[in-house]
Amino acid sequence: MEHYINLFIQASFIDNMALSFFLGMCTFLAVSKKVSTSLGLGVAVVVVMVLAVPLNQLIYVAVLKPGALAWAGFPELDLSYLQLITFIGVIAALVQILEMVLDRYMPVLYQTLGIFLPLLTVNCAIFAGVIFMANRDYTLTESAVFAAGAGTGWAVAIVLLAGIRERLKFNAIPEGLQGIGITFITTGLMALGFMSFAGISL
Amino acid sequence: MSAVLSNRDLLLKPVFANNPVAMQVLGVCSALAVSNSMQTALVMTLAVTFVLVCSNFFISLIRALIPNSVRIIAQMTIIASLVIVVDMVLQDVAPDLSKQLSVFVSLIITNCIVMGRAEAFAMKEPPHLSVLDALGNAAGYGFILLSVAFVRELLGSGTLFGHSILKTIEQGGWYLPNEMFKLPPSAFFLIGVIIWVVNIAQRKRAKA
Repeated sequence: MEHYINLFIQASFIDNMALSFFLGMCTFLAVSKKVSTSLGLGVAVVVVMVLAVPLNQLIYVAVLKPGALAWAGFPELDLSYLQLITFIGVIAALVQILEMVLDRYMPVLYQTLGIFLPLLTVNCAIFAGVIFMANRDYTLTESAVFAAGAGTGWAVAIVLLAGIRERLKFNAIPEGLQGIGITFITTGLMALGFMSFAGISL
Repeated sequence: MSAVLSNRDLLLKPVFANNPVAMQVLGVCSALAVSNSMQTALVMTLAVTFVLVCSNFFISLIRALIPNSVRIIAQMTIIASLVIVVDMVLQDVAPDLSKQLSVFVSLIITNCIVMGRAEAFAMKEPPHLSVLDALGNAAGYGFILLSVAFVRELLGSGTLFGHSILKTIEQGGWYLPNEMFKLPPSAFFLIGVIIWVVNIAQRKRAKA
């Protein structure tokens, strides 16, 4: 149990996807103008992460890993070179299915999350989560915990940034720096702040 | 005459005025993460250039054949195949570098510049224009990446491409490396400053 808590903390704060690996930056900077929208996006990222990473873990272990197809009579087969194309395909399909399911069964949720879902196919945070899972050889439970942690960390970061940006609107910022320029610098300061988590281990 | 001008524009606009990283905030993830040394930045730029030019070219070639509803998947497949090629070549030619770049080569797949250009340009324009557009955008990406890497490596470790430029105190020289430039947040500050400079420059030109 301790191992999993540690993994969660590690993934969400110390190795924060957005602020220490710079993943999912495009959406991170583009959709962080308002707290409410970034909260929606953050939740969508957590949901897609938690579904995509364990699902890809299953596929990786059962099909792609070197020697994974031994049961089918191909013990030497190594399909790991197909992992990128498989993972991105699985994520794209998953997002599409999730969108349809939400639309059909949970229209309220669909209205809040729906607009963000297509964006998430090309969100590098999710894709990177999947690749990290494959590189680090997580088990199924580990991958689920890791995904929840990484997703939460990303969501926390974007909500924090949105909060700061809402306040920034009322400040006197040099003309050339307004908009995206000051956002970069704010994010840099936040990243410095998050670095203080480094070194924490449970 | 106008065709010549537009070709020039295609190639040059994305480098400064419409820079994909600084102005459109595309492909930022990799631009920040691999910019702590010139070497990784250069390799990354080359990798992105290759993927971007090829994907734009191929997608533009078959743009009439791709049904609109599955275009994202079709683009993804082309891009992913190209990235697999780059990844495998790198692993074979420069295994150390490929370790340093870790997941960021694979992440070219989700690099929004590649997807963005495919979607916004290659799906509509003929192949030769798409290649020009890709070259321009890759140059814009490389410009940001290399200038950030230049500052970070020079001030962070006193080296360029691993050669000692500012001799550090550890090696008996005079320069005390600024450790902050080795850390990721410095990339944000530098890009912020670059955006500022580009904005000021553009405003001056617009007034003149």
